[in-house]
Amino acid sequence: MAGLRQYEILFIVDPGADDDEVGKITETFKQIITDQGGTITRAETLGRRQLAYEILHKREGTFVDLEMEGSGKEIAELERRMRVNDRILRYLTVRMDEDRRRADKFKDRRARKAAKRPSTPGQPARRGTSDFASSDESYEA
Amino acid sequence: MSANFEDRSRNSYDNDDDDRGRGTGRGGRRMHRRRICRFCIEKVDIIDFKDLRLLQNFVPERGKILPRRISGNCAIHQRMLAEAIKRARNIALLPYSTD
Repeated sequence: MAGLRQYEILFIVDPGADDDEVGKITETFKQIITDQGGTITRAETLGRRQLAYEILHKREGTFVDLEMEGSGKEIAELERRMRVNDRILRYLTVRMDEDRRRADKFKDRRARKAAKRPSTPGQPARRGTSDFASSDESYEA
Repeated sequence: MSANFEDRSRNSYDNDDDDRGRGTGRGGRRMHRRRICRFCIEKVDIIDFKDLRLLQNFVPERGKILPRRISGNCAIHQRMLAEAIKRARNIALLPYSTD
């Protein structure tokens, strides 16, 4: 695939780390991505929150969310570094572009259908039960 | 399509055993629920795994994923939802199980 891939990376930093350290860790990871040829499109610290279950006997952690764009090779290095770093409790990398493309397709189809419907003659009965027809259609979409 | 849909629903009522699923019976809650996919109505195309407020509606007490037959979600959205819940579990936003 020639197109750039988009990824979202969410990771949890040890609760023992203060804001400075979290910032520093985040910077390091951003650096890794850019060094590998990727670009950061969004970086956000979601803050400290309770974990749904214990990880390494910790009950909370700081969540950091990154979004990047690149070939996909950056992810390998980034994940390796996160695995090695013992300040990172957990990370999750999700590929976003495929889902977004799919969402665009849905939107497209909806737009086409909406454009087509008023101009189709001869189906007043179906239009009458508009409540039903619309729900019926959105099932397909 | 719509006629077909009606047929099917009528059949399923006929096949129901006496009380279960009837509006008047004990299992009344099952019958009155209309099959409506919330995500289709709101035209949701992507379900974000970080959106806890949304996901929690589909994760009952025990931590399991609410089945489609209860929530009324369409297949496409149920699949997206399940994926999102599983991602949220992995990153400790949702529990795998609670007891």
